[in-house]
Amino acid sequence: MPAQNFKHALFCAVITLIIAYPILGLNLEAQGINVTLTGADTFTIVSVFLAAVVVFLFQLFRDNIMGSLQGALSGLSSGSQKEPMAENKRAKIESWVLTGIVVLALFWPFFVSRGAVDLATLVLIYVMLALGLNVVVGLAGLLDLGYVAFYAVGAYTFALLSQYTGISFWVSLPLGALLAALFGLVLGFPVLRLRGDYLAIVTLGFGEIIRILLNNWTSLTGGPNGIGGIPDPTLFGMEFGRRVKEEGNTSFHETFGIAYSGEHKVIFLYLIALVLAVFTALVIRRFMRMPVGRAWEALREDEIAARSLGLSRTAVKLSAFTIGAFFAGFAGTVFASKQGFISPESFVFLESAIILAIVVLGGMGSQIGVVLAAIAVTILPELAREFSEYRMLVFGAAMVLMMVWRPQGLMPMRRIHIELNKQD
Amino acid sequence: MLDVKNLSMRFGGLLAVDQVSLDVKEREIVSVIGPNGAGKTTVFNCISGFYKPTGGTISFQGEEVQGKPDYQISRLGMVRTFQHVRLFNQMTVVENLLVAQHRHLNTNLIAGLLKTPGYRDREQKALDRAAYWLDRVGLLELANREAGNLAYGQQRRLEIARCMVTEPNLLMLDEPAAGLNPAETKDLNQLIVSLKEDYCVSVLLIEHDMSLVMDISDRINVINQGRPLASGTPDEIRQNDDVIKAYLGEA
Repeated sequence: MPAQNFKHALFCAVITLIIAYPILGLNLEAQGINVTLTGADTFTIVSVFLAAVVVFLFQLFRDNIMGSLQGALSGLSSGSQKEPMAENKRAKIESWVLTGIVVLALFWPFFVSRGAVDLATLVLIYVMLALGLNVVVGLAGLLDLGYVAFYAVGAYTFALLSQYTGISFWVSLPLGALLAALFGLVLGFPVLRLRGDYLAIVTLGFGEIIRILLNNWTSLTGGPNGIGGIPDPTLFGMEFGRRVKEEGNTSFHETFGIAYSGEHKVIFLYLIALVLAVFTALVIRRFMRMPVGRAWEALREDEIAARSLGLSRTAVKLSAFTIGAFFAGFAGTVFASKQGFISPESFVFLESAIILAIVVLGGMGSQIGVVLAAIAVTILPELAREFSEYRMLVFGAAMVLMMVWRPQGLMPMRRIHIELNKQD
Repeated sequence: MLDVKNLSMRFGGLLAVDQVSLDVKEREIVSVIGPNGAGKTTVFNCISGFYKPTGGTISFQGEEVQGKPDYQISRLGMVRTFQHVRLFNQMTVVENLLVAQHRHLNTNLIAGLLKTPGYRDREQKALDRAAYWLDRVGLLELANREAGNLAYGQQRRLEIARCMVTEPNLLMLDEPAAGLNPAETKDLNQLIVSLKEDYCVSVLLIEHDMSLVMDISDRINVINQGRPLASGTPDEIRQNDDVIKAYLGEA
């Protein structure tokens, strides 16, 4: 046994060296027009070797270390073996806590920096996207790798309409969502008889088609140059800029007689995103306990049985696809308005992958989990700016660890049961 | 009610079902028996629309249904169970029954979001009907359990209840007694007979368990190697030489 342990530990240490040395120990440096390969400073190289030694020692004594760790952990959690709370009591507490968090989120932006509010808006956009994709992937069980296409449709609807017809944010919001839903419906028809991997590939292709179309249809979309000057949302005709851009509008700071501040706009956008995200969550939550939600889950659980009971596969899958796309359209409109400028660069496959990662990390089908994961996935890279070069490395490692230790997600789905009350 | 004529099903070079005819009248229990691999389940799959038969006609209540998609056939009032239980395992017992009533419910999204009175009314009716059938098959106590956690016999009964809440005219059971012990089989017997007597449902049954078949069937069709071998009342079948040969082998 020890010999085997030793071999295994040695193997792990060598792998560590092989992976870490080229990434950390070698630098590409530009000298004039030439790129030269130089070794890193001694400190980095020493750290790489130290890391390999640590891996070696840990693997060698792994059983002992894990054993004592587990002992310590079980000592800590011995109190948690109480009876679980009654289902309805728990639901009540949960809804109170959630309401509290939403109220806090309403007041929070007035006390923090502009950058934080901006980031929070982005988080909320991802929350909307992930909740929408959660319907498709988590509830209906359809793997959609091209979800970002619907996000792009929403964003470009607003950008193009405002450019060509001068439409406002509030009119564009439902339009963008409906148009995205229409795209979902049209794509869904030919695609939904496919299953699993095949469906994933076709949706992936669709996502790319939309992006390439936006990139090349220069006369309409401006191609890679994107579309700028997308207007900010207004509050009952009040604009948030220093000067009023449109005839007949007033500006927010003049109406209320306060000094102009760039923060007003950021906070307003944040509040819009918050309201829309809460709206999205509530609507989808209701859907989950309606016949349509039950049909999604039934089809995911056993398609053949569902069909034998008179559920039309196409209709049920299409509804999931369309509703998911609808909320992506919402998010897209908010995104366009927040950025003021959009280009096909914002809608690459990586976006789809990140949204999917949020859903998987959060726990398929679980709304709270998805919200938590959206926060984590958006904020972690910002916090990790210090080591920006290794950001994706850290992100990847976090994903791998997560899948090893908690494959069911941060907060696995607890289904909202419909209870049968026994009354005689 | 159900009239199958000269049904054939060919998979490539294999003729799995060859010229099988059978019919089910109102309030009748008809069985299909035959050795393993005889093509019984294939006949079922053709009738319920999972396969498109390559030949023959199937008419249900005067309407030709061969080649129609499965979910439309089920909506006409012809519902089936499966040889291997197929429940929605992660959903509760009640929810399984609610899914089955999908087409009786108000599926309008707006109505559901606003909880209009019409929507609530139908939802409540569906719950009541689910409760009634759970009580009928003796699963009311387990209504809020996950379906996947039920014992095998209970899952079988739940599957039948799930068919019954759709208010079918014809119930097709694919080996309902498979994996049940003798006591459970006897209960199942009574349940099937009462479905016929009390709810005016016709039953088409595939079964291996001879005691079940002989006791409750009005008529029996025997299939062997895809071909019809014999048909008649249980007594006639019992005395049919061909059937004895097919089941027991030649001496």
